[in-house]
Amino acid sequence: MSTPNNYKFDTLSLHAGQQPDSATGARATPIYQTASYVFRSADHAASIFNIERTGHVYSRISNPTNAVLEERISALEGGVGAIATASGQAALHLAIVTLMGAGSHIVSSQSVYGGTHNLLAYTMPRFGIETTFVDPRDVEAFRKAIQPDTRLVFGETLGNPGLEVLNIPEVAKVAHEAGLPLLVDSTFTTPHLCKPLELGADLVYHSATKFIGGHGVAIGGLLVDGGIFDWEASGKFPTLTEPYDGFHDLDFVEEFGPAAFITRARKEGIRDFGACMSANTAFLILQGLETLPLRMEKHIENTRRVVQYLKDHDAVEWVRFPELPDHPDFELARTLLPRGCGAVFCFGIKGGRAAGQGFIERLELFSHLANIGDAKSLVIHPASTTHHRMDAQALEAAGISSGLVRMSVGIEDPADLISDIEKGLRASQKV
Amino acid sequence: MELQVDDKIAYVATGGRVFDPNLETVVFVHGAGQDHTIWVLPTRYFARHDRNVLSVDLPGHGRSEGHALNSVEDMADWVVRVLDTAGLQTSAVVGHSMGSLVALDAAARYPDRVRAVAMVATSVPLPVIDKLLTTSKANDHAALEMLTLWGYSPSAHIGGNATPGMWMTGGGIRLLERNAPGVLHADLVACNNYVAGLERAEEVSCPVLLVLGKRDAMTPPRATGDLSRKLRDVQTVLLTGSGHALLSERPDEVLDALIRIV
Repeated sequence: MSTPNNYKFDTLSLHAGQQPDSATGARATPIYQTASYVFRSADHAASIFNIERTGHVYSRISNPTNAVLEERISALEGGVGAIATASGQAALHLAIVTLMGAGSHIVSSQSVYGGTHNLLAYTMPRFGIETTFVDPRDVEAFRKAIQPDTRLVFGETLGNPGLEVLNIPEVAKVAHEAGLPLLVDSTFTTPHLCKPLELGADLVYHSATKFIGGHGVAIGGLLVDGGIFDWEASGKFPTLTEPYDGFHDLDFVEEFGPAAFITRARKEGIRDFGACMSANTAFLILQGLETLPLRMEKHIENTRRVVQYLKDHDAVEWVRFPELPDHPDFELARTLLPRGCGAVFCFGIKGGRAAGQGFIERLELFSHLANIGDAKSLVIHPASTTHHRMDAQALEAAGISSGLVRMSVGIEDPADLISDIEKGLRASQKV
Repeated sequence: MELQVDDKIAYVATGGRVFDPNLETVVFVHGAGQDHTIWVLPTRYFARHDRNVLSVDLPGHGRSEGHALNSVEDMADWVVRVLDTAGLQTSAVVGHSMGSLVALDAAARYPDRVRAVAMVATSVPLPVIDKLLTTSKANDHAALEMLTLWGYSPSAHIGGNATPGMWMTGGGIRLLERNAPGVLHADLVACNNYVAGLERAEEVSCPVLLVLGKRDAMTPPRATGDLSRKLRDVQTVLLTGSGHALLSERPDEVLDALIRIV
């Protein structure tokens, strides 16, 4: 037997999850724009409903176009399976509600996307799930925050917008010692730059709206199950280890082993909460995912040039990017993110809030909007937009100053980007 | 459910239904380094279609206590002791890969206990290459990677899983990673050392179904010629495009084949 070859990342980005369409031979993934599916017989229908045979029943629960995307992201992350959701927020919510109910607790990095902070700090408490936020750089703080009712530890590969590099291996150790899984939001990094499951995380999710889709055309989320965490040994997850009334006493760990979590998430969470992705959205995100490796390399190359330019500019007070030696996580980034720290970074313009506003409003090529990870370059002022619901104390705790500008560098010609920034900086200093 | 076999817990999954000895029984036996979860779809089907299902975790695997058994014959003896403990006289026995050898051996040496056999992804003998034996002996993750790479067809390494959203090779390797040190190696040695298979095949009197994958690199269909000739009552189903992991790659076709005999 010859030594087998495994398909590499770039190949999987293009191909994983999809065979040429059996009905037509179509090479591209068809958009199965259908709500439901015809059964061959009554027995066939019952068999699919009862998880005796494979197949699709209703596109809220599964769809063939979505399935390609789900397989592909699983392949790229090294997981066992995934679910495509309506948004990144929906993916996070799905993970939480699959694992726990009222009376539970989460330990989360405090440096997270504003929408995530909202969900954890204000919305989930209404449903009896509280969160303690900790400094992502303080691994002991994660440990100290764990309570008897804690059911999840959570962080982002790169904090938003402070770009703190999460020490996934150490935080995972803390979580696992307490019998808890670690969920990581890898939106800023994508599997091209970081595979959290390989570093010790148990679950990964993405806002696929961002770099995964890559073109700012569709909202979507992806939740990936690593298939690693021992739910049984933990003893804290009855949703996975005890008979489930909502599916004829199905014990997910007993019947599905490594796939227990993602199977429950699909058989209950997507079924009941219904935050599924549309087939058309899955197609659009797949189109972006096909070129993820190429785009990320260009994003990184451009970001490095823009960062260096800003660093050397008189109008710039500071630049925060983990690839810079003065970033507190510079060494950790070199270890955990050797291919690069992505395309999102922050800087402070001399002159504070007014100068920042002047800068943003002069830009022509950078788009001022609430998004990151588009092929086009983007810019925003977090304190007045994505994090506007946070009070001053929370903003400070999250490392957001009033003059902070966040950039998401796209894949334009870097000379054009720098020219645009130069005009903006000149305008900012005239305010 | 848990049974006490040889003073140890033997875990047998029952397809999500209550054990019912009044129905005809089917025993499912997993392959090397695996456990009962590989049979989740067909066991759920048969449990809801008038069969009493016992999907075993062999000793040292899954939820069963004890050490991995050293030979296919020992595994076959153990399966019969499971039947004894459960108060069952006869059963069909369905096995995948190593499990198929167990099914064959049980049928040959306990003809009054086995009413039918299905051998999924099989060959007799079932030699294991030295590289796999040495890496598994060292509990090297490379052994799992080799099994995963060779165990699936080239097509499966691209994907297109019949189960939506699930990455086949990812699930396969995660299952193998759950084994305690030494378990996989013991299983592979047992496969490699099972030299009596063709002789046993001549002794089997019950119907036998072979379910084979045309792209199976580990137990290629061409290696079953002697087996087919030795068996008295055999039918063969050859699934095009599938590799060794038939239950993942062609779950519905495997079920359709099993329905014929179970």
